[in-house]
Amino acid sequence: MTPDEARKMIEEVLADIVPGTDFTALDADADLRESLELDSMDFLTFVTALSDGSGRRIDEDDYPRLATMSAGVAFLTEED
Amino acid sequence: MSLPPISKRGTPRVRPNLVDYHRAGREFSWDDARARLSGLPGGRGLNIAYEAVDRHASGASGDAVALRCVGRHDELTEVTYADLRRDTSRFANVLCALGAGRGDRVFTLLGRRPELYVTVLGTLKNVGVLAPLFSAFGPEPIYERLRLGDARVLVTSVDLYQRKIAGIRDRLPGLKHVLVVGGEAPEGTISFDRALAAASDVFDIPDTDPEDMALLHFTSGTTGRPKGAIHVHDAVVAHHATARFALDLHPEDVFWCTADPGWVTGMSYGVIAPLTCGLTMVTDAGDFDARRWYRVLAEQRVTVWYTAPTAIRMLMRHGAAVAGEYDLSALRFIASVGEPLNPEAVVWGQEALGLPIHDNWWQTETGAIMIANFAATEIRPGSMGRPVPGIEAALLERGPDGRARVENGRVRVITDGVGELALRPGWPSMFRGYLHEEDRYAKAFAGGWYLSGDIARRDADGYFWFVARADDVIKSAGHLIGPFEVESVLMEHPAVAESGVIGRPDPVAGEVVKAFVTLREGHEANDVLRRELIAFARRRLGAMAPKEIVFDQDLPHTRSGKVMRRLLKSRELGLPDGDVSTLESAS
Repeated sequence: MTPDEARKMIEEVLADIVPGTDFTALDADADLRESLELDSMDFLTFVTALSDGSGRRIDEDDYPRLATMSAGVAFLTEED
Repeated sequence: MSLPPISKRGTPRVRPNLVDYHRAGREFSWDDARARLSGLPGGRGLNIAYEAVDRHASGASGDAVALRCVGRHDELTEVTYADLRRDTSRFANVLCALGAGRGDRVFTLLGRRPELYVTVLGTLKNVGVLAPLFSAFGPEPIYERLRLGDARVLVTSVDLYQRKIAGIRDRLPGLKHVLVVGGEAPEGTISFDRALAAASDVFDIPDTDPEDMALLHFTSGTTGRPKGAIHVHDAVVAHHATARFALDLHPEDVFWCTADPGWVTGMSYGVIAPLTCGLTMVTDAGDFDARRWYRVLAEQRVTVWYTAPTAIRMLMRHGAAVAGEYDLSALRFIASVGEPLNPEAVVWGQEALGLPIHDNWWQTETGAIMIANFAATEIRPGSMGRPVPGIEAALLERGPDGRARVENGRVRVITDGVGELALRPGWPSMFRGYLHEEDRYAKAFAGGWYLSGDIARRDADGYFWFVARADDVIKSAGHLIGPFEVESVLMEHPAVAESGVIGRPDPVAGEVVKAFVTLREGHEANDVLRRELIAFARRRLGAMAPKEIVFDQDLPHTRSGKVMRRLLKSRELGLPDGDVSTLESAS
């Protein structure tokens, strides 16, 4: 997955949870839970959808690596 | 599923406050419990803040750490009882200078940061009324509660002010002062830090009648607007007694209550009760994160931990092995509240944390723990336990609407089977009213009992087991959500003709909010509109917003035209529709 594809996938998943989000205004290093006001259930939905979409297993211990847009892109583009 | 009881063997590290359940119940009196507190000097009454702070600050424990606040980025702030006395006195003086006095409502919209504790206890010192709000609420539920609660002062953060208050401020003419923490105060607000710095740290607590209003907690019912449950200063007697019995708190403990301060647990056991014990309280400003939580437990050497089923189930997803990587050897007692704790979670605690989890039961209206599994007594996994000393609980026979059957003002206590869980009024933390709503308050009692709205059964040994809610309120991640409030906001959208909101069962959160929406003519049910409605609801309701919206042009109605949420729910659960005539009269 290229960084662009990863970003697009994250944005699509988030847009399903928080429709209407302006991603151009989102700081790539801002905590997603804070800036999009995701509660723990939203965050679980986010991780599950990313895992389904990317076909990549995401362990509970990986959750902190999805805390920001830039961290999430780095995580998804990492070689398995 | 039924799991075997967990008996308590061996000698506990600390002698429990309650050793013999039946004896404790026999010997208990609320007057004795009251005598464990100090009272205001000179017999001038009973004030929660004096019991929580000043009485420790002036004694040998003045230098003891009252609060150990872990910040979002792990920065640590320690506050001693003497510090807390000075800062709460300063805040009480700030309120006086603003003209806010006895009975005036001070709201908080704040996370777990040191200023929160100063605001809560400083307000109580000033004999004002503290009303906490959940900071994940959107602007609409916040506006509604500030308005219904006659908010005069609000303490919040700069960030929350800009996101949630600035847009509703002009609709709240009674809200005279907003104090903000964490940054430069926006126009129309006062810097909390500057106001505090300018105030004297000496404050004499005015005479406080134990029946003076102290706390206002908003909660939700099936219909209508949120209700403001009134609690008085005398509640501290129950806070203290139940903290000793049900949480087994001792002055030497390091205690962590994970509840958000916007809800009753976060006040009763996240601020007041532990401080009345003179112990050290740990608070964490960060969001839930499994490793973070284990780290806090380990690094802060937490001895007693009070948390919630949703959090425990999230920890369970991470597996027991993760817990094993942390030194949890200081921990000696774990309790849970918010919704029934499933038996597997009780047992998981034993495997992963080395301790079983003690479920307990209470409500906003009860103000303190009413039914509990105790440190020294057998746990029955899945049961909420037995009434704490001083509390009489019973099951009442139900009528066709599922609630207690009331005939000529009388109810019938049953000893077998399933009934509405009821409590005998008279304990000190019982709510004293719903603000401005006497009728609704009166309806909460019948035949000499407080009716909880929860349906339960009791086994032969007196352990209570939760069965169901008797009404349509939704319990999501331990938070009570009123369907009416959610439906009302959805119906403000021009495309929505009607909606029915229910709790959809969820393995982690217990329930999540799901909305069924009927569209007005000329609007097409499609994904674009569905997303628009989700965004619309999230902006206004925040954490109360539906996670799922489905379109349904054929919502079931009662004869009187109301949406039948119970039928929606039974369909959601895949249950047969059942006897619709019963449902109709129930709705």
